[in-house]
Amino acid sequence: MTHGSEPVKAVPVRHPWRWVTAALVAVFAANALWSLATEARLDWDVVGEYLFSEQIVDGLMVTLMLTAVAMLMGIVLGVVLAVMWLSPNPLVSGASWFYIWLFRGTPVLVQLLFWFFLASIYPHVSIGIPFGGPELVGGSSKDLIPPIVAAIFGLGFNEGAYMAEIVRAGIGSVDEGQEEAAKALGLSRMQTMRRIVLPQAMRVIVPPTGNETISMLKTSSLVSVIAYAELLYSAQLIYARNYKTIELLVVASIWYLAFTTVLTVGQYYLERYFARGSSRYVPPSRIEYVFRNLFRHRRPASEGEA
Amino acid sequence: MSAVATPMVEARGVLKHYGRSQVLKGIDLEVLPGEVMCLLGPSGSGKSTFLRCINHLERIDGGELWVDGELVGYRQHGDKLYELKESEIARKRAEIGMVFQRFNLFPHMTAIDNVALAPTRVKGVQREQALVEAREMLARVGLAERAGAYPAQLSGGQQQRVAIARALAMHPKLMLFDEPTSALDPELVGDVLEVMRRLAADGMTMVVVTHEIGFAREAGDSLVFMDDGVVVEYGPPREVLENPRQERTKAFLSRVL
Ligand SMILES: Nc1ncnc2c1ncn2[C@@H]1O[C@H](COP(=O)(O)OP(=O)(O)OP(=O)(O)O)[C@@H](O)[C@H]1O
Ligand SMILES: [Mg+2]
Repeated sequence: MTHGSEPVKAVPVRHPWRWVTAALVAVFAANALWSLATEARLDWDVVGEYLFSEQIVDGLMVTLMLTAVAMLMGIVLGVVLAVMWLSPNPLVSGASWFYIWLFRGTPVLVQLLFWFFLASIYPHVSIGIPFGGPELVGGSSKDLIPPIVAAIFGLGFNEGAYMAEIVRAGIGSVDEGQEEAAKALGLSRMQTMRRIVLPQAMRVIVPPTGNETISMLKTSSLVSVIAYAELLYSAQLIYARNYKTIELLVVASIWYLAFTTVLTVGQYYLERYFARGSSRYVPPSRIEYVFRNLFRHRRPASEGEA
Repeated sequence: MSAVATPMVEARGVLKHYGRSQVLKGIDLEVLPGEVMCLLGPSGSGKSTFLRCINHLERIDGGELWVDGELVGYRQHGDKLYELKESEIARKRAEIGMVFQRFNLFPHMTAIDNVALAPTRVKGVQREQALVEAREMLARVGLAERAGAYPAQLSGGQQQRVAIARALAMHPKLMLFDEPTSALDPELVGDVLEVMRRLAADGMTMVVVTHEIGFAREAGDSLVFMDDGVVVEYGPPREVLENPRQERTKAFLSRVL
């Protein structure tokens, strides 16, 4: 370090290629937007007209409801399956293994169709004495499995298998000493899970669960195959009438994008919440990361803090 | 030693193996109520394993192990022995305190919540009552003012003292310590040993795996030297430390003293 009268001027590293690539990206992006706005025969007025139309908003609500209910079901099932998997009883852990094998091994689309058409192989379902005894409650399965139930079953049971793997990884990340200390204090296996292991596993469970939720929002569009009017199927119903196919797909996409963005932000704050006390460094969200790098050259002095 | 008191711990030919490796090869020893027994021995000699058998964190493969007159893991009814269920084992464990080398405090709970957890969840003590008692326990280990701190905000020595308070909160009849000071910086060892000394003076029955020869000599009533899954030497600490009779004990002591 020199201690002259003139302060030393620090020159940050220059990145000329960054500017070249940035300029190229900007040109392509501008061109794409230009063509979309002018050349493509895309009727933006139609997009605007339907964005908040009743049918679309209703469909959006159904999509959000399906996402929430299926995720809730998936999380509960996932925790139960993960705890079952770790059970010392081989029958219990075997059941969990079989479930995951079955529901992860078949496409979710097939599972949706399966629940929807279940009525055709079991036209009559009932609860009663097994092996043909008298029935207590029963009815036609067409009534018992309406599309909404088929949709929730299809998405939720499938999600349970994936969540089980995520929860299992979370449980595995908790130091064995924790379980041992809890046992030594006389806590039961379930109390140890609930009070000690799962709260600490959350740090590992939350980020992929956020991804699963975002993914579920989009996967729920598969439900359109069983003619259940969620967002995509609502859009399809409209363009079947007016033939504005692309416009309505854009409408649906705008809503999907809007809510994945909201979920991404929510995920960032949840991650920060569950990382408390366990780590000093909280990873930046993807958006934050992009912006931090975009404006990095403007404030070289703060680079060291990042 | 008195012949009338029921031993707090009694081991007769205790065997334990992991797969093919024999870890405990017939341990015989006896800890009387109020006694402080120190276990010494090279790494891998089976000290931790033996401690873990006492509170049934490990199941023994042979021999007999009694705690306070009851066979570990079994219940006697008439002249038959019944293996205990999970919940019964948990109840027995609640009567034995254990302190670990790496503290194993629950990082998502404050010090006082660490201490109050088991009394509320296992014994069903009211939360307010449990918190009052937890505060007393923390005061006993000199940490009353750190009740609200999370483990990550405490030094190693403080964490270990919270861990001791957590075990004491269950009013155990026996305390097991597995190298409680081995993970601590030298200047923090003293505080923890001081707490253990006071506990010993209060009459707590303790089995302590340690490399702290000074503690074993001054606070211990008996000293066991283990090697390769057997008890090599047993006696009053001064006798074993100053006049070891077995070659293996001599060799070990010459390395650690
Ligand atoms: N869960 C386990 N599975 C397999 N082997 C084990 C297991 N736990 C302990 N062992 C083995 O048993 C032997 C005794 O281990 P133990 O931890 O009781 O030794 P120790 O005397 O406490 O040693 P240290 O001073 O290093 O703590 C070691 O050889 C160890 O590798
Ligand atoms: Mg050990």
